[in-house]
Amino acid sequence: MKYILGNQESVMPKPLLELICPAGSLPALKAAVDHGADGVYLGLKDNTNARNFSGLNFDAKALAEGVRYAHAKNCKVLMALNTYPQPTTLKRWQQAVDTAATAGLDAIILADPGLMAYAMKTHPQLRLHLSVQGSATNYEAINFYHEHFGIQRAVVPRVLSLPQVENVVQHTHVEIELFGFGGLCVMVEGRCLLSSYACGDSPNTFGACSPGHAVRWQQTPKGMETRLNGVLIDRYADHEKAGYPTLCKGRFEVQGETYYALEEPTSLNTLEMLPEMHRIGIAAIKIEGRQRSPAYVAQVTQVWRAAIDAVKRNPAAFKPQAAWLAQLDKVSEGSMHTLGAYYRPWK
Amino acid sequence: MIAFPSSLAALISRLPAYPPSLTFATAFNLTVWKSLQDLEWEALQDRRFCVAVRDTGIKLWFSMATSGLKAETAGQADVTFTATLLDFTRLALRLEDPDTLFFNRRLLIEGDTDLGLRVKNMLDGVEFETLLESFPSVLGRLVNQVRKQGMA
Repeated sequence: MKYILGNQESVMPKPLLELICPAGSLPALKAAVDHGADGVYLGLKDNTNARNFSGLNFDAKALAEGVRYAHAKNCKVLMALNTYPQPTTLKRWQQAVDTAATAGLDAIILADPGLMAYAMKTHPQLRLHLSVQGSATNYEAINFYHEHFGIQRAVVPRVLSLPQVENVVQHTHVEIELFGFGGLCVMVEGRCLLSSYACGDSPNTFGACSPGHAVRWQQTPKGMETRLNGVLIDRYADHEKAGYPTLCKGRFEVQGETYYALEEPTSLNTLEMLPEMHRIGIAAIKIEGRQRSPAYVAQVTQVWRAAIDAVKRNPAAFKPQAAWLAQLDKVSEGSMHTLGAYYRPWK
Repeated sequence: MIAFPSSLAALISRLPAYPPSLTFATAFNLTVWKSLQDLEWEALQDRRFCVAVRDTGIKLWFSMATSGLKAETAGQADVTFTATLLDFTRLALRLEDPDTLFFNRRLLIEGDTDLGLRVKNMLDGVEFETLLESFPSVLGRLVNQVRKQGMA
């Protein structure tokens, strides 16, 4: 199942609620494919993508096997190239685009317009998606990327309410992909400098928020302490759940009170909004978590496959099953899940 | 949940760490090392690891050598993993997600976090079937059966 490009795109029906799952390794990719993903997204073993963690991601051999395995089971493979190239190492990003084209990827997910121009010129047949890191939150921006770089799908930042997303969908031919499940941060996607402020490396250039070299966990008599570049950002009592070691989820002393001053560790879960997403024509649902294990990918993909199939069969009767919610809560960061900005009756 | 007697754990924690470390390293090298030796171990050479099995009092100390794991005496480790025997077993059988255990305070990684993440991610990158093939066939079948029961 290949996308059709060029003039034919207008006659092709847009996809509806494709399930796009994360893969940080070949076993994770196979877990996603085996449990019913319509597409998997992955990255190379360097800072050309925003999950640049030690030991994670794909080399050429794993990529070739991953593409072969997924395509044999009719599953698309997308490559995240969603960091911002730096002047002295621009070649690395361009080579990554070449690698994607040569390896037969179904699309690449980009944030940088310079790289989009390179991809469009060098590999005109390669399908381009706009990464969430591109931070396009309105249809004018999305249409701009479509007109100038041929972007065919946009992953929308997690800051819009669902009615605002619907407004975007109604004013663009570009397919819209939404995050459905997984870790949440402060959602200043592509523009967040908190990690850079704390440890010198930001997701946008280094490819990781709170990279391992800057993180220290230590059990102390007062509780488990998390330090980022030596700075204490949280301390968990024995009964408390832990979150990722990011500055936005730290507890800070503000005017004599210590609390989650920016946000509490929590996960996005939009399962109950699936009928609405189906109605407004969301092309794809993205599951966060390329840094997670194959076990997570298997469990989450299985639940979302069942839920999407159910909503497609009968949207009006759709109701998230308790077992699905329990399974998703189990693997969630923080002790709760949220609908994020999607549900915001007050606007 | 399987509970390990705490009095026995207290006793075990006082015993020398080298014999269990040697037993573990030898068993590891005789079985799964075969399917892991082609991984990029260079970055891990001579780094010292400690696996602390919280509920049993057992601590395993080892380092990475070119021929596999090398048992070490108790001392400083570059990175220490702490969890219960059941959770370590479930992790090894790929039934549990490490981040989920971390969120729930059932897995602790102390010391060089980057080294810890590298080990976790490298092992996650190996397919379970590949690991199984390095076991003698009877043992491999048994491990697979235990895993399938854990999935149910």
